[in-house]
Amino acid sequence: MIEIKQLHKYFGKLHVLQGIDLNVNKGEVLSIIGSSGSGKSTLLYCINGLEPIQQGQIMVDGIPVHDAKTDINKLRQKLGMVFQQWNSFPHLTALENVALAPKIVRKMSRDEAKTIAEKQLRHVGLGDKLDVYPSALSGGQQQRLAIARALAMEPAYMLFDEATSALDPELVGEVLDTMRLLAEEGMTMICVTHEMSFARDVSDRVAYFHQGHMEEVGPPAQIFGDPQSPHTRKFLASVR
Amino acid sequence: MSEPISFFSGFQVNDLVFLGEAAGRTLLISAVSITIGTIFGIFFGWSLQASKWLAQTTIGTILDIFRSVPLIIQLILFYNFFPIIGWNTGPFAAGAVVLSIYTAALVANVVRGGIEAVGIPMRRAARSLGMSYWQDLRYVVWPIGLRAVFPSWVGVALSVIKDSALVSVLGYMELLRASQILITRTQEPFIILACAGAFYFALSYPLSKYSQKLEESWTS
Repeated sequence: MIEIKQLHKYFGKLHVLQGIDLNVNKGEVLSIIGSSGSGKSTLLYCINGLEPIQQGQIMVDGIPVHDAKTDINKLRQKLGMVFQQWNSFPHLTALENVALAPKIVRKMSRDEAKTIAEKQLRHVGLGDKLDVYPSALSGGQQQRLAIARALAMEPAYMLFDEATSALDPELVGEVLDTMRLLAEEGMTMICVTHEMSFARDVSDRVAYFHQGHMEEVGPPAQIFGDPQSPHTRKFLASVR
Repeated sequence: MSEPISFFSGFQVNDLVFLGEAAGRTLLISAVSITIGTIFGIFFGWSLQASKWLAQTTIGTILDIFRSVPLIIQLILFYNFFPIIGWNTGPFAAGAVVLSIYTAALVANVVRGGIEAVGIPMRRAARSLGMSYWQDLRYVVWPIGLRAVFPSWVGVALSVIKDSALVSVLGYMELLRASQILITRTQEPFIILACAGAFYFALSYPLSKYSQKLEESWTS
């Protein structure tokens, strides 16, 4: 379970997250929507400990992320993250990209790491691209590679930061399908997304962020069908 | 009537051996300086990148000085300065120390560029997989950054081989110094400088050829 309590985050004087309270349960898929600059991506970076926070607390399975005593590298193994830019390691093949972290972080043997990498690449539909370098893959394939790379750490949670925003429109579908597949398998997911259909169809809950506040959170039917906040209504009208 | 005594004698095969030995010394001082300079340069470049202002104000300033002052001035200054601090050193050691620092100053910038070429998003992706700071440096930043700046590093190494000619002002018997001596004796500057140039080429060419091969193997 991920618990966020009274989270405040500043970039210099900019107050990007203003008192966020949010819990995400095991097996739940939460989509976060909102205009750019609303702080939704920053929230994911904070959950993963990639950004320091100034006030409040984030707990992952009861472990405080920003506590100095927490072994953040160990905690991050529970939190797979997929970024807007796929960031595949250009000097490694698809298989090596996925096998690297299991090998050096989880200290698996070469064979074990290879087996899990193959399994995860097949999982995301890249079973025929094992020995291909990222430069020979399309954006959609590289993003699926990034998903496989995160999954190879066998995380308990997956954080998606606008995973389809940098993709050409015709490549968005394959990545969303992979995310859908994970959701169906019961993965706990937090997805910052601009894909409203994904948020509506796949999520258990949707949160709407506006200028550093979480304006509204609830089941998709409520957020999309009967939004309570005027900001949410305005935003949804603009993206429809 | 006796033959007039000549102070000059023509260029002989033996002189080629003499030049060859000098080329060996050029290679030695270059190899030592490039190796030491690169090791320190990597460390300096990393600290410049990792701890912005502290390293910038200390190491950064010193390296700027070494990068900006002509090498020949550095060599003469240090060669005369070392005995003052009680280190009576020969031309080789003095030359190697100065060339190493000079190389380190150039390599530091190359390394900093290499680390920056990898970019924050890539490093965050690595860290998000649970890699430690050092694992990220070793398995992600190093291989990617190396490929990005390797051509620049080769450029530095090649220029250090050529710049090592300046150590001749300290009296170190490297290629240029040997050529000057031969020119004085034979009065045949054209052929001797052509030979010396050929030796420099022979030292540099394998490095640039090998680096080309290496780069090709990375891109394939």
